[in-house]
Amino acid sequence: MKRAVLKLDALSKSFGALRVAEAIGLEILAGETHAIIGPNGAGKTSLINQISGALAPDKGRIVFEGRDVTWMSMAARAHLGFARSFQITQVLRHFSALENVALAVQARSGSSFRFWQAAAGEAALNRAAMRSLDSVELAARADTPAGSLSHGEKRRLEIAIALAQAPKLLLLDEPMAGAGIEETQRLVATLKSLKGRYTIVLVEHDMQAVFALADRISVLVAGRIIASGEPQAVRANAAVRAAYLGEAT
Amino acid sequence: MPGAMRGIPAAAPSAPRAPSFDQCLAASLFALLALLPLLSHGIASSYSLLVGERAVIFAIAALSLELLIGAGGLVSFGHAAFLGIGAYAAGIAASHGLGTLCLALPAALAASAVFALATGAIAVRTRGVYFIMITLAFAQMAFFIATSLAPYGGDDGLTWPTRTMVLGRPILKDQLTFFYVCLALLVATYLGVSRLIASRFGRVLRGLKDNETRMQAIGFTPYLYRLTAYVIAGTLCGLAGFLLGNQAEFVSPAYMHWQRSGELIIMVLLGGTGTLYGPMLGALAFLLLEEALSRLTEHWKVILGPALVLTALFASGGIAGAIAACRRRRAAPRVPVTLPRLVHHLLDAGLEPARSWRRAIRRRLLRPAHLFKRGAHRARAACEPATLALGRGLQALPSLAERGLKTSVERWWRR
Repeated sequence: MKRAVLKLDALSKSFGALRVAEAIGLEILAGETHAIIGPNGAGKTSLINQISGALAPDKGRIVFEGRDVTWMSMAARAHLGFARSFQITQVLRHFSALENVALAVQARSGSSFRFWQAAAGEAALNRAAMRSLDSVELAARADTPAGSLSHGEKRRLEIAIALAQAPKLLLLDEPMAGAGIEETQRLVATLKSLKGRYTIVLVEHDMQAVFALADRISVLVAGRIIASGEPQAVRANAAVRAAYLGEAT
Repeated sequence: MPGAMRGIPAAAPSAPRAPSFDQCLAASLFALLALLPLLSHGIASSYSLLVGERAVIFAIAALSLELLIGAGGLVSFGHAAFLGIGAYAAGIAASHGLGTLCLALPAALAASAVFALATGAIAVRTRGVYFIMITLAFAQMAFFIATSLAPYGGDDGLTWPTRTMVLGRPILKDQLTFFYVCLALLVATYLGVSRLIASRFGRVLRGLKDNETRMQAIGFTPYLYRLTAYVIAGTLCGLAGFLLGNQAEFVSPAYMHWQRSGELIIMVLLGGTGTLYGPMLGALAFLLLEEALSRLTEHWKVILGPALVLTALFASGGIAGAIAACRRRRAAPRVPVTLPRLVHHLLDAGLEPARSWRRAIRRRLLRPAHLFKRGAHRARAACEPATLALGRGLQALPSLAERGLKTSVERWWRR
């Protein structure tokens, strides 16, 4: 039995009358790629936000490697090994792709309260950043301002940033959203190369990508997890077919 | 407005780089200022030196504010408080006979730093317009505290018994020395701030301005970095206040008035944020404008105000932005001006009214509803073909004329 890296314990959150999480219990195992799927408005992004610390839950606990992180800030969780991408790309638009990644390396290597030495000249940061860019095939675009990258490139840059954090848990919020067919294939290939090396929570709408990547799938509908398990089992699950895949039972 | 500092190279070449354009500009600005005492020799020299001193001191203050606005995205509307606090701390020390450099200067810097820490701890929790309002509120608080400091002059201000003594000697009394001390401190501030902005810390600060969410997600806590920047900027401005007090041998609550804070923002924006030479030029330009216009008329603010509004409207990058635009234009491949091309351009420009006339015809005539708003549907239907034809004809006329004119001119030229 694999060890659980992340445990969600009866996590609940509501915005007014809208319940986006109702007693969600989930275990993410070390090294697995765990996909979370569900119809629009099911609370997938809210769940990722709660796990990463962007959103505080109303009730319940989030335990990471035996440590309760429910009330930790996003930045503190990042230092524990959380790394995430966003549904709407969040990059530093006026910084070069390299500097975007170098900042992530900087965050985990040494103090950033250094006021004299030029940061852009720190070879160790740039080397690590370049490796990370290389792993998502963005090395050629290192000097391009992130704001001028194409949509798909920004998506891959976000993954490069997350990898540069040397994450123990990778939270990917719809990495394929808005990408074209070719870009999607490229992203899936990139994620496949990460599979097994990282523990990944993947929220995604693209079913082909999900079934190609996931070791386990959880189905979220209206804030509840209605099914969880191996892809084949989930695909065959009657409740899932009814609620999500839109088939009559 | 680009958030990244134009003066900071994005990539990281390992070999020592040639100084950038911005650095060259700053260096030549310093050189010009250093020559000021020689240039102004003779004619009203001490007065022009006085203006020069003020410009240099305000350039320090503008640089410190640029650190907040340009790098941190924090528009402080209470930055002048530090001018006053620096000057008051040193002045109060002097009034107790403690006006020596090794006491008064640290007192000025420490007082500014403490005030920055105390108010910044609250202010940097807010963003945007709330930050503007809360810094304004704190500065006004400092202003009113100063007006109520009865033992130190209250409303009327505090006259320093003497300028700050260096090793027991009134070295700063000498105008030339004082000017060069100010200039040296400006150069030091410039170097310090430019290193700071390029450093790890500065990069985090700039990153926070660009995208706070992303920075949090990779593990930076915005608060600590912003507060540190606020304290550094406040302390630097305290240095400017110390110099300003020394120059006038006087300090009054007016140093901290919100108008002064506004002027500091204007200096930064007029000069152009995003560069370091911009705010320095802005301080210089503002003070020179003030000087020149106040000679012209008593109501000089009537001229300065609209001038600033126009700058804000048409040159949002300030002086630095205009310089950058000039450089871009020069870098672009230039098409040589030839006579036919010139004629072509002139014709183009001259025909523009005809084109707009055509557009107007199209709008008015080709949509008969405009003409027959109240008319019967039948009448409109009957007229429609005629108006359409008329409209088309009128519409074609100028374009035909344009084409004919152009081709005939070209033919004539080729002949």
